[in-house]
Amino acid sequence: MERKIRVLVAKPGLDGHDRGAKVIARALRDAGMEVIYTGLQQTPQMIVEAALQEDVDVIGLSILSGAHMTLLPKVTQLLKEQQMDDVLVVAGGIISDADAAILKAQHGIAEVFGPGASTQDIVRFIQDHVSVSRE
Amino acid sequence: MSPANETALRRSGVNSQDLVARLRVGDRRSLARAISMVETGGPQARELLAAAYPYAGNAHVVGITGPPGAGKSTLVTALALEWRSRGVTVGVVAVDPTSPFTGGAVLGDRIRMQALGGDPGVFIRSMASRGRLGGLARATADAVAMLDAAGFQVVLIETVGAGQGEVDIARAAHTTLVVEVPGMGDDVQSIKAGVLEIADVFVVNKADREGADKTVRQLRAMLHLADRQPGEWEPPVLTAVATTSTGSAAIVDAATRHLAYLRETGLADARARHAAERELAAAVQELALERLRGQAWHDLVARIASRERDPYGSAEELFNALFHG
Ligand SMILES: Nc1nc2c(ncn2[C@@H]2O[C@H](COP(=O)(O)OP(=O)(O)O)[C@@H](O)[C@H]2O)c(=O)[nH]1
Ligand SMILES: [Mg+2]
Repeated sequence: MERKIRVLVAKPGLDGHDRGAKVIARALRDAGMEVIYTGLQQTPQMIVEAALQEDVDVIGLSILSGAHMTLLPKVTQLLKEQQMDDVLVVAGGIISDADAAILKAQHGIAEVFGPGASTQDIVRFIQDHVSVSRE
Repeated sequence: MSPANETALRRSGVNSQDLVARLRVGDRRSLARAISMVETGGPQARELLAAAYPYAGNAHVVGITGPPGAGKSTLVTALALEWRSRGVTVGVVAVDPTSPFTGGAVLGDRIRMQALGGDPGVFIRSMASRGRLGGLARATADAVAMLDAAGFQVVLIETVGAGQGEVDIARAAHTTLVVEVPGMGDDVQSIKAGVLEIADVFVVNKADREGADKTVRQLRAMLHLADRQPGEWEPPVLTAVATTSTGSAAIVDAATRHLAYLRETGLADARARHAAERELAAAVQELALERLRGQAWHDLVARIASRERDPYGSAEELFNALFHG
């Protein structure tokens, strides 16, 4: 049986609501993916530990707190330390174009989706960048 | 090579013996990968299960079932913390329903398990209740086998509800905890008969809410009606407030007593034999189907559908061809 794409959706940082993350989680589910949702206020350590145990293909991080330039690179750095840099990391939230360019060029974030991105854009990006024929 | 292809390569190019050797020395990434592989099924999964088989069979496997929202995930966390305080390592398999339309799922049990983070003595895996050959019960049992082989001393399985699927999963567990909440009203009948049969321990969770005493009394009354042989296990009815870890010590004690009961009465051995028989039957079935599904199979299917042939004679023909052909 073919393995479904597994995605960890997490919300790093201290900002308090997770409506956006939940909308994305449901859109990915509706596209046939298995989404592990870990809730609010996740530290980079917690995110990487969960991603490891769940053997996910993708980590989707939703971040509004403005701390993206510290939290996102921390996640990808921890992934590298665990030799998990084959995991695709995408981010969503309010991130300026300049920051997005740095995150993509220097910190291993595969794509950054702003508030204007549709859930379909995110679904398609993930489908295009994860190999489904793993077995 | 594109990154995606590289991922594909890394995923498939693993040797089962190596993977088992690595997960046995505590390599958590290998364990995670091994669970993915057995969940997927197929020849590679079988190879891996075969390699891990000698090392499994030591864990106390505990099922936790009950209606959605009863507090199962919260209780899993409280119980795992209690076991950890006793120096026992804990694996968790949390099974959540799959969307019937897309086959996708949002698995949210980890939200309630954050207190278990950062502890190398704990490993949590979420699983969607999607089918594979042999079904969810099989996928769950195989994931449990990996955690078991990796040395986790207790493995907790969280499942929703009271259907046949849960009863099947319970057979993989030594001890099944059935979680209820106060306010079942006068209708204790609402507890499905199948759940009563599988319950080794009842937990009335959310005992901070009104009506817990009444629910406990009703459950006890119902259990007294059951026919029991002298010396047979009588499921205790315990209360818990999972959010504050209240009651977890008594529940862990009861689960531990239940395992001791299974061992002392020889029931543990009998269960192991039944499980072995089921596993062998399932493996034979899977292998037979895999070997037999060729052109002849598809021709026969068409002819059986049009009633030119019958399934029974056709099965014999396929088998004869396999063994003598
Ligand atoms: N009042 C109260 N709420 C609880 C208790 N245990 C769990 N809950 C809450 O019940 C809700 C569902 O819990 P969860 O563990 O996700 O239930 P599950 O669906 O059975 O896994 C959450 O909001 C928990 O905080 C308890 O003992 N008392
Ligand atoms: Mg749950």
